[in-house]
Amino acid sequence: MQWETVIGLEVHVQLATKTKIFSGASTAFGAEPNTQACAIDLAMPGTLPVVNEQAYRYAIMFGLAIDAEIGKRSFFERKNYFYPDLPKGYQTTQLEQPIVGAGQVELNLSEGRTKTVRIHHAHLEEDAGKSLHEDFHGMSGIDLNRAGTPLIEIVSEPDMSNAEEAVAFAKKLHSIVTSLGICDGEMSQGSMRFDVNVSVRPKGQEELGTRTETKNLNSFKFMEEAILLEVERQIDVLENGGEIVQETRLYNGDTKVARSMRSKEEANDYRYFPCPDLLPVELDDTYIDAIRNDMPELPEARCERFKAEYQLSDYDADILSGDMAMAAYFEAATKACGDAKLVANWVMGDLASKLNTEELSISQSKVNAEQLAGVISRIKDDTISSKIAKDVFEGIWNGEGDSADAVIEARGLKQVSDTGALEQMADEVISNSQKQVDNYRNADPDKRPKMLGYFVGQIMKASKGQANPKAINEILLKKLDELL
Amino acid sequence: MDQSDIAKLANLARLDINETTASEVAESINGILGLVDQLQNANTDGIAPMAHPQDAMQRLRKDEVSEENVREQFQAIAPEAEEGLYLVPKVID
Repeated sequence: MQWETVIGLEVHVQLATKTKIFSGASTAFGAEPNTQACAIDLAMPGTLPVVNEQAYRYAIMFGLAIDAEIGKRSFFERKNYFYPDLPKGYQTTQLEQPIVGAGQVELNLSEGRTKTVRIHHAHLEEDAGKSLHEDFHGMSGIDLNRAGTPLIEIVSEPDMSNAEEAVAFAKKLHSIVTSLGICDGEMSQGSMRFDVNVSVRPKGQEELGTRTETKNLNSFKFMEEAILLEVERQIDVLENGGEIVQETRLYNGDTKVARSMRSKEEANDYRYFPCPDLLPVELDDTYIDAIRNDMPELPEARCERFKAEYQLSDYDADILSGDMAMAAYFEAATKACGDAKLVANWVMGDLASKLNTEELSISQSKVNAEQLAGVISRIKDDTISSKIAKDVFEGIWNGEGDSADAVIEARGLKQVSDTGALEQMADEVISNSQKQVDNYRNADPDKRPKMLGYFVGQIMKASKGQANPKAINEILLKKLDELL
Repeated sequence: MDQSDIAKLANLARLDINETTASEVAESINGILGLVDQLQNANTDGIAPMAHPQDAMQRLRKDEVSEENVREQFQAIAPEAEEGLYLVPKVID
């Protein structure tokens, strides 16, 4: 039987505010456990939440970016459940009247295809704390620093039909929120987390199949793997006459195994009701228009600008403008060395592959934009060849020096352009290569340039790649022509 | 509302309601539900549901850090804490 996959996403985005959504405690990442959890975050009796305006502003920015209706009147509700990392016994969230209504995003897929994915709504809510299950003599450790961190939860319609589309959608959201500056986009720190709803149905069937939800995926790669695995599992179950159970699942990216989370089965009764501690929030057009007039550049606009301003190809512009941190890196490096094309090649080539191998994001790169610009500048002024440049890049990456010049100096990689030294090398090669010289002399004149390659190669070898190729070419041509 | 509804709600709310008290609780909740039924008869056509009984709007706060680290005070009254973490009976999904 032919099967069709239906995918919808719920995406949690941590907003880049300085403080929590309902308290003035800091949200800075990496603090000592529980040092950023105040009385409100801990649900101490007698405390009252007060809404952070910046969280609202950021949610509205997202809404405007996806062309959504902004909720001029919104309010918070309580979603009741018990878990130790949720001190209040409920999560304060929005249900009936969220801040962001229906919207949409456009995806660029492979082979130039595009797709529109509808957003059902996006709402503001608070994050929970973290439970650590390492051994505390049979107990769990709770860190409430994250409790109360503002989130927007973005809920898509089930508009995606394979892993490629789901990943493209996730990347697009990442691109939007980082471009807006409302989220730092650091997936490894949990700044964006994806819940994936997957179901399959016989091709052509109108009715949706039973879905499962795989929770808390925090990388595009894991998300893709989890979807492929779950689709395969569901088809397998159905083809063997089984039934899909609606359940929550967890995917482990390290072991590549997914499992069912049993405990959620009966707990799906959250008994929502309006939060009596918080009044409704009303916003007028003036307020929303002021935010609209102050919106940063969005990915599409940046892509067009990259093509116009730096003469990048569609492909290069799309890749470099998609990730905000990468776009900023590209622009900073280009500004510093003046060669957009070379920077583009380096960022998408050597830098991307290095980051990929070491599983780092571009903001964690061990070679910053200025340093890469330094490497490129030394290629352009003939201090080093493109080949040696890779060694210099590697050297900066490994901390051998904090600039291209420092690594070139320390490793003695400076290109030999000194005519005297090069002439001496050329003489040596010519006198040791009598046969090749004879061939050259007897060859048809228009075949000679090609034959020059042998001599250039020998000199590059003798100079360990440090001879300036342009200078060698000139010297060899002159010397060989003298022998004709 | 019968005793099994009460048992389910008690479980969701983590309340210790035993079989003897369950019938009492069911009775008083049914009393409240009766009142709600009566309210349901009121004509609410064209009236927007109320999110809060007070006719006021939420004031928004500036995004400025105003809370200091008071971990030691809170952990002094916690049943158990270690390495800065609150300890609770083990929970794993």
